[in-house]
Amino acid sequence: MTRPPTTEVLQVAYRTMRTIRSFEEALVALVTQGRLGGFLHTYVGQEAIAAAVCAHLGEHDHVASTHRGHGHCIAKGVDVRGMMAELFGRRTGTCGGRGGSMHIADLGKGMLGANGIVGAGIPLATGAALTAKLKRTGGVAVAFFGDGASNQGAFHESLNMAANWSLPAVYVCENNGWGEFTPTAFVVPVKDIAERARAYAMHALIADGMDFFDVYAQAGEAIARARGGAGPSLLECKTYRFLGHYVGDPLVYRAKHEADDWIRHRDPLRLFEARVTREGLLTESNLRAIDVDVAALVADAVARAQDAPFPDAGELLHGVFATSDAEGAR
Amino acid sequence: MSAASLPAGEPRAIPTAFAIAEALRIAMASDPDVILMGEDVAGGGLRPEGTEEIGGIMSVTRGLVGQFPDRVLDTPISEMGILGAAVGAAVTGLRPVIELMFIDFLGTCLDPLLNQASKFRYMFGGKARVPLTVRTVTGAGLQAAAQHSQSLYWMTAGIPGLKTVIPSNAADAKGLLLAAIRCDDPVVFCEPKGILFVASDVPEGDYEVPIGRAKVVRRGSDVSLVGMGATVGMALAAAADLERDGVSAEVLDLRSLAPLDEDAILETLGRTGRLVVVDEATPRCSIASDVAALCVDRGFDLLNAPVRRVTAAMCPVPFTRVLEEAYMPSPARIVEAARALL
Repeated sequence: MTRPPTTEVLQVAYRTMRTIRSFEEALVALVTQGRLGGFLHTYVGQEAIAAAVCAHLGEHDHVASTHRGHGHCIAKGVDVRGMMAELFGRRTGTCGGRGGSMHIADLGKGMLGANGIVGAGIPLATGAALTAKLKRTGGVAVAFFGDGASNQGAFHESLNMAANWSLPAVYVCENNGWGEFTPTAFVVPVKDIAERARAYAMHALIADGMDFFDVYAQAGEAIARARGGAGPSLLECKTYRFLGHYVGDPLVYRAKHEADDWIRHRDPLRLFEARVTREGLLTESNLRAIDVDVAALVADAVARAQDAPFPDAGELLHGVFATSDAEGAR
Repeated sequence: MSAASLPAGEPRAIPTAFAIAEALRIAMASDPDVILMGEDVAGGGLRPEGTEEIGGIMSVTRGLVGQFPDRVLDTPISEMGILGAAVGAAVTGLRPVIELMFIDFLGTCLDPLLNQASKFRYMFGGKARVPLTVRTVTGAGLQAAAQHSQSLYWMTAGIPGLKTVIPSNAADAKGLLLAAIRCDDPVVFCEPKGILFVASDVPEGDYEVPIGRAKVVRRGSDVSLVGMGATVGMALAAAADLERDGVSAEVLDLRSLAPLDEDAILETLGRTGRLVVVDEATPRCSIASDVAALCVDRGFDLLNAPVRRVTAAMCPVPFTRVLEEAYMPSPARIVEAARALL
């Protein structure tokens, strides 16, 4: 049983969720104004999952993420100003402007990268768990991925290997109901993605991905099992993608009332706020103070990013290899 | 006999497969972060008493699990899972060596190499290290047919951020593998079928052959024969034939396909003015075509004759011996190509 979250955990979690929401709302506005380019996939609606899972992780634990990765990066402690500068393609970006939205990584923070290939983060996290086990670091590796990725071979191969080797890994499936523009139920014959764990004799859990407290409890159990040597788990979080597949998605393929219902009744930030104030865990003024902080942070991140220099074109071939920059050309 | 039972002491002629095993043993003994993963590389944890482990399809790793029981890992037949996990392990502190049974199997697991390992350092702003080695058997000649005989090193050599090396003899195999394992970049290490069980002199102890450096293995003045892997031996045989006709052929062993030692290619061309490049792979988009383009692009003034490519045929690798022989490059075809330039 996971202990209920402390006040401090709740404050951090709310700050994380609000930062993700504000960061991405800023991105949408910047794209709409024509000030930002590239392929952007927003995490809006799914914030409780990254916040609740990462609340159980330290810097020596690893996460692998997806194309929809801003939330995982922020929850794992990647610097928001660096992320914004990365999206603007600046030298001061997390990856010096070489990665962009789908490739933000900060290995020093245990963040193995967003990933442009659906399912590719799952074996990466499996490998990080193998390192933790063989080097006895006490670390845990978490793979975040969507319902769509659970149809990739990489998912099945990785779960089989992790279960067979009893690796300290947690596979967090964020089932948001849509794989790009196709409903999950149209391409997946099982009712719950979590059922797929049975094929690998793996522990499975299902959480309400809009409810921070539920994800926190279930992820706590899965991570404690992994850390304690009891092996991997598959945790399915039922959630919803509020803003479509990518920024600019015309959303012609899904009924408007479907999204409206989720947004009106199941917004993870509003559910969180209602519960913590109702139960007296955090006050309204606590929350508003965090909102003010976060708004200032995001505004500052945008301002700094816009003023930061671009890399020099002469650095094009730098960093292809660890051993020699000059080899990039050959 | 396994590699484990080889006598230590004097330099000795041993098969390339044993030289590879020596390199693995040295690398694992000298660095506790080196692990070996692949299908049957340990050779079965549940073997009945009195049986021997197989040590991979070519028995290269036989005996290693006994010395390093926690670091030689048998995997399921899940190339995508193995390669992907190896990349994840490499960026989090291990130095994995993967055995991809045949390079043909890249088709099942290209993404971890194509979009992950090769891109991380650059894409993450120069901050990642991916010390990963993928050992893989290449080439035709054993009647292994269309799906177990290809020389797909042109694919990996064409991916920025990956290094690809291919030894032509046992001594280079040992030194190149040690260099590959200790390199902080992902390296594809090709093990050509044509040399795996051919013995040649291998120095004792720990040494590295630098990645990115070709080597002149025979001096000559009339024509340069540029080979890689098993085609170096073919080029040397062709050079001996040409010598009997009074033609002096120089043979350059590329050893590293990415990075490519362009200076060494242009230097040998400068000495002879004529060049034949011999590649076990198919001709389109090949290393042979790269070398030919380099000669024309940067070495045009050095050329006294056209550049000739001797490659495999542009068809799947056939099974039956007569067709497989027709498919592959050979000393006779190299001699014919060289003579046409004189």
